[in-house]
Amino acid sequence: MSDKIIVSATINDEPTDMLVSQRDSLLEALRAAAGALGVKEGCNDGNCGACSVMLDGRLVNSCLVMAAEVEGSEITTVEGIADADHLHPLQQAFLEEAALQCGICTPGFLVAAKALLDENPDPSEHEIRYWLAGNLCRCTGYDKIVRAVQQAAAGTT
Amino acid sequence: MQELRYAKVGSVDDAVAALQEGGPTARVLAGGTDIIVQARARARDIDLLVDVKGIDEVMQLSFDADGGLTVGAATPCYQIYGDAAVREHYPALIDCTTLIGGTGIQGRASLGGNLCNSSPSGDSLPVMYVLEATAELAGPGGRRTVPAEDFCTGPGRNVMQPGEFLVSLHFPPPAPNSGAAFLRFIPRNEMDIAVVNAATQLRFDGDAVSWARVSIGATAPTPLLVPEAAAALVGRPLSDESIAAAAAASKAAARPIADMRGSIKQRKHLAAVYTQRTIAIAADRARG
Ligand SMILES: Cc1cc2nc3c(=O)[nH]c(=O)nc-3n(C[C@H](O)[C@H](O)[C@H](O)COP(=O)(O)OP(=O)(O)OC[C@H]3O[C@@H](n4cnc5c(N)ncnc54)[C@H](O)[C@@H]3O)c2cc1C
Ligand code: FES
Ligand code: FES
Repeated sequence: MSDKIIVSATINDEPTDMLVSQRDSLLEALRAAAGALGVKEGCNDGNCGACSVMLDGRLVNSCLVMAAEVEGSEITTVEGIADADHLHPLQQAFLEEAALQCGICTPGFLVAAKALLDENPDPSEHEIRYWLAGNLCRCTGYDKIVRAVQQAAAGTT
Repeated sequence: MQELRYAKVGSVDDAVAALQEGGPTARVLAGGTDIIVQARARARDIDLLVDVKGIDEVMQLSFDADGGLTVGAATPCYQIYGDAAVREHYPALIDCTTLIGGTGIQGRASLGGNLCNSSPSGDSLPVMYVLEATAELAGPGGRRTVPAEDFCTGPGRNVMQPGEFLVSLHFPPPAPNSGAAFLRFIPRNEMDIAVVNAATQLRFDGDAVSWARVSIGATAPTPLLVPEAAAALVGRPLSDESIAAAAAASKAAARPIADMRGSIKQRKHLAAVYTQRTIAIAADRARG
C-alpha cells in the first residue's frame, strides 16, 4: 500500500502541491517534490542549519519537520528572498564580503540572517553570532559571514 | 527513514484514541527536534507520529497574576521567550528556552517535548523543578496532574502510561520576594548538551531565606532536586557559608557518569559551582 499523500503549501508565494511519502521530511519534500534545490542537506539531524527555511514566519530546520505537517503553511526558501531583478541585500553582501567558499551552508545562512534582520534590523555582533549559532560553515569561517550580515544591516550594499 | 505514518489530531480525546490505537510504537510529535532524529536513527521503534499541534490547549500560553502561567505542552520556545509576562515573572524560563538549540530549533522545540524526552540533561527540567511546575496529563482514564519532579523515572523514561500524553505545564505565580535562575555548563558558547546544569529558586522574608529549591541536571539518571542544598539556605540570610554548604550538598547529591562530555570529578565540581552561581543570580532577581 502506498503511503503517498499530497501536501499543499505556499512556497515562495506560489501555491504548490507536493506528492510526498508520509515519512518524508520537509527538506526531502522541498528538494524532490517542489524543486527547491537551494535547501541543502548537511547533517540531517538539526545541527548544521543548511536546511533552514521559514515556516509560517519562523526559522526552522526543515530536516526536523515532517512534510505532512506543512499542509496549508507558508514556506520561504532561499529561492524566495531575492526579487525578480535584484539580489537581496544579504546576498549582495555575502558576495562582496566573500562570505562563502563551497557554498553549501550559504542558503541556510541567508535564510537565517534574513529572519534575524526582519526581527531586528540593527543587531549587534553578539546578537548576529548568537542567532546564527545553529548554522555551521566548514570552510569560510564566521568572521566574513558576520561582516556580511552587518554590512547588509547597515544598508551599505 | 523507516516506514512512518503521520496523523494530525484536533482534540485531546482524538489524541488519546490515536495513541491507544497505535500502541507502543505510536509517539506524540510536538516540535520534532528529538523524535524525528530518533525515528530517523531508528533509535526507537516508531511507526506512527501523532501530531498534537492542532490542539489549542496544547499550544496555549497564558498568564494571570492569581493563577500563574500555563504553557501548552507543544508551545515552542520562541513563543515562550517572546512573551512579555514570561519575561517579567519567570526569567528562569527565559534562561533555559533561549539556550535550547539554536534559533531554528527554538522555532519548534517545546517544554513538553523536553520533559517527555526525559533526558537527564534536558535544560528546562531543573527550571520546572524549582518553579514547582506541574504536568497535566490526559489519558484513557481521564486527566491527572503530576509534579514535574516526579515525572521522569530514568533516562528516556517517565510516568506516562499507554495512551497518555502531556497536555500542558502549569507554573504557580511567583511568590513575593522570590527569584529563580538557571545556568548550564557546556564547553562552547551555545548548541551543545549540558555537561551539568542547575537551577535555584529562593524566597526571602526580610533578609532571611524563607524557602528554597535547588535542582541539578546531567548528574544522575534524572535531574535531581537537592533538598539538602535548600535546607542549607533556609532560615538565615545568605552568606558565604550557607552558599558553600548548599554547593557542597549538590556535589554530594550528584552521582554522575563519566562520558565524552565530562568526568565524574568534573561533573561533581560543576554541580557545586553552578549551584553557587544560580543562588547568586536568584538572590539578585529576588531583590531586583
Ligand atoms: C541541534 C539540536 C540541539 C538541541 N539542543 C538542546 C539543548 O541545548 N538543550 C536541551 O535540553 N535539548 C536540546 N535538544 C533536544 C530537543 O530540542 C529538546 O529536548 C526539545 O525540547 C524537544 O522538544 P520537541 O517539541 O521538539 O519534542 P519532540 O521531538 O516532538 O518530542 C520529544 C519526545 O517527547 C514526546 N512528546 C513530545 N510532546 C509530548 C506530549 N505532549 N505528550 C507526550 N509525549 C510527548 C515525543 O513522543 C518524543 O518522545 C536539541 C536538539 C537538537 C536537534
Ligand atoms: S540538514 Fe538540517 S540542520 Fe543540518
Ligand atoms: S562555505 Fe563551505 S560550508 Fe560554508
